[in-house]
Amino acid sequence: MNKVFQSMRIAFRALRVNKLRSALTMLGIIIGVGAVIAMVSVGSGATDRIHQQIASIGSNVIIIQPGSQNTGGVKSGNGNSQTLTEDDARAIAEECPDVMYSSPIQQNQQQVVYGSNNWGTRIYGVSPDYLTIRDIRIEQGEPFTTEDVRSTNKVALLGKTVVDNLFGGEDPIGKTIRIRKVPFTVVGTLVPKGQNSGGQDQDDMIVMPITTAKKKVMGGGRANNWQQIGQIMAQARDGRNANAMDEIEALLRQRHRLQATEDNDFQVRSLEEMAAAQEQATQIMSLLLASIASVSLIVGGIGIMNIMLVSVTERTKEIGLRQAVGAKTNDILSQFLVEAVSLSLLGGCLGIAMGVLASFGISYFAGWNTLVSLPSIMAAFFFSALVGVFFGFYPARKAALLDPIEALRYE
Amino acid sequence: MDSALIRIEQLHKTYHMGDNHVHALRGISLDIPRGSFVSIMGASGSGKSTLMNIIGCLDKPSSGKYYLDGVDIGSLDRDELAEIRNRKVGFVFQQFNLLARTSALENVELPLLYSDDDKTKFKERAMQALTSVGLAERSDHHPSQLSGGQQQRVAIARSLINDPQLILADEPTGALDSKTSVEIMGIFQKLNREKGISIVVVTHEPDIAHYSDRIIQFKDGHIMLDEVVRNPRNAERELAEWQDQEEEKEPVA
Repeated sequence: MNKVFQSMRIAFRALRVNKLRSALTMLGIIIGVGAVIAMVSVGSGATDRIHQQIASIGSNVIIIQPGSQNTGGVKSGNGNSQTLTEDDARAIAEECPDVMYSSPIQQNQQQVVYGSNNWGTRIYGVSPDYLTIRDIRIEQGEPFTTEDVRSTNKVALLGKTVVDNLFGGEDPIGKTIRIRKVPFTVVGTLVPKGQNSGGQDQDDMIVMPITTAKKKVMGGGRANNWQQIGQIMAQARDGRNANAMDEIEALLRQRHRLQATEDNDFQVRSLEEMAAAQEQATQIMSLLLASIASVSLIVGGIGIMNIMLVSVTERTKEIGLRQAVGAKTNDILSQFLVEAVSLSLLGGCLGIAMGVLASFGISYFAGWNTLVSLPSIMAAFFFSALVGVFFGFYPARKAALLDPIEALRYE
Repeated sequence: MDSALIRIEQLHKTYHMGDNHVHALRGISLDIPRGSFVSIMGASGSGKSTLMNIIGCLDKPSSGKYYLDGVDIGSLDRDELAEIRNRKVGFVFQQFNLLARTSALENVELPLLYSDDDKTKFKERAMQALTSVGLAERSDHHPSQLSGGQQQRVAIARSLINDPQLILADEPTGALDSKTSVEIMGIFQKLNREKGISIVVVTHEPDIAHYSDRIIQFKDGHIMLDEVVRNPRNAERELAEWQDQEEEKEPVA
């Protein structure tokens, strides 16, 4: 241990003697480590953003959409047919053991009027479970109930954007709004969720019973079958996402009486899986960025090796003297190794500081979400030490194996 | 214990340079008793430097035996040689070989860094060594702030730090003016007389060689002459005389 401190003292003195050279050599490592830290922070920031989005949608959410309609060979594309019903939604919740909740969804853009104000917003006709699935909480008032759905009560829950635009500062609870001239009582307001990944305002919405939405608001076009709905949203039990999807598919095939040869007339998708795919893409991207950045770390390491070789040559006579007065092979080896590692570690620490600053800069100026993680800092620290050892070893060995007579005679 | 500090028997050293074989030493036998002050002389290429390197345990003989303090040097490996150099041999070089930008005290400490001795005593021991060469008050000076003679005295202090049995001085006065040379030889004489340290000086100046008790002349890898100096010069006395002459020249105002 004593010897290590000894070597460190000698090494730091040698580095101090050539301040500019040491600084320039470190610059390579500083840039390399800084770039790696910054790139990894951009990558983790993107991944983190995706996690936040999953959380804002609600976890374990499965979306069931009508499939494409095949009319005489013309496939109309997903969502264009009307194959899902409210009964399907109810059956999914009741019969699939791995599904906790499910809700039918029928949505539509409508103009909403309160007094002299009006506002265009999206109407969601759903069952009360929808709020649970999407983790939407009531800020003020009460949610509507299953009874409201059954009785087609004209009640509505308002998102914050709608409240702001229709009511200004007024308390909306108990007030009556009109949608297509039909009066609705505002029974509650929703806790704001902000924007989603697409930059869409998630608070610009009105939630009401599915029955009411279909009969009083959207009506008309689909009057021939009140049962049909736009989509179903379900929530699986934790960790049972895949099972839940299989169960839903099996159940719907059975309910829709599809033959084994027939394609599904619906589509089951998991938001989790979509997010996971997106996350994987992000991770590949950040891995790519980090590996490009680590190339500069290797270049920095070569810089250290170069300067250490110069240093060994310059100090040949000093090495000879140290050998003459009793320095063993390992003494010289460790002296130069410690010097190289000191360079790379010091560079690594400064690089970490620079990387952290850079990632703050990126999130400040570019508005990207960045996340500097402790593991990435520690990895950078150890990696820069490793670079020092790896690229310092050859020059140090060269120094240690010098012939003392030759070294002493060197001018 | 063997009475001879250095015992050399039929020593050969051959260098191989491609197909050329250079016989630097051709069968040298030599005993140097403890407490000797020996000068080695000879033209360049005579083999004296090769012998110095071997005596200093920087190099090993090609054949023959070399015992330093009873230890067969030829059987030791690189690191064992380094340890022997550290403990038993002090080196003084023509160009002083001090570390630049390093204080005199730390230069003197250098050999201690490679010993296993008690670290807390390093400063104290280095200071003692500097005091013994009369440079205590310059301990924090860097080599560039010292004169040639002072630098060589720092180097001698460095060679003394581990209480060596032997000090090897390779042209120690080669870079110094004549008065400073006498001073340096005086220090060697004092160390030899008072501490009983054996001293081997390589020089090509007969003047300098005559401060020692014995002169060995080399030629073509052989010992040509090995003689005892009947009346060695006394550096201390010469310096005192010098001092008197100076005072005569410049009477005290």
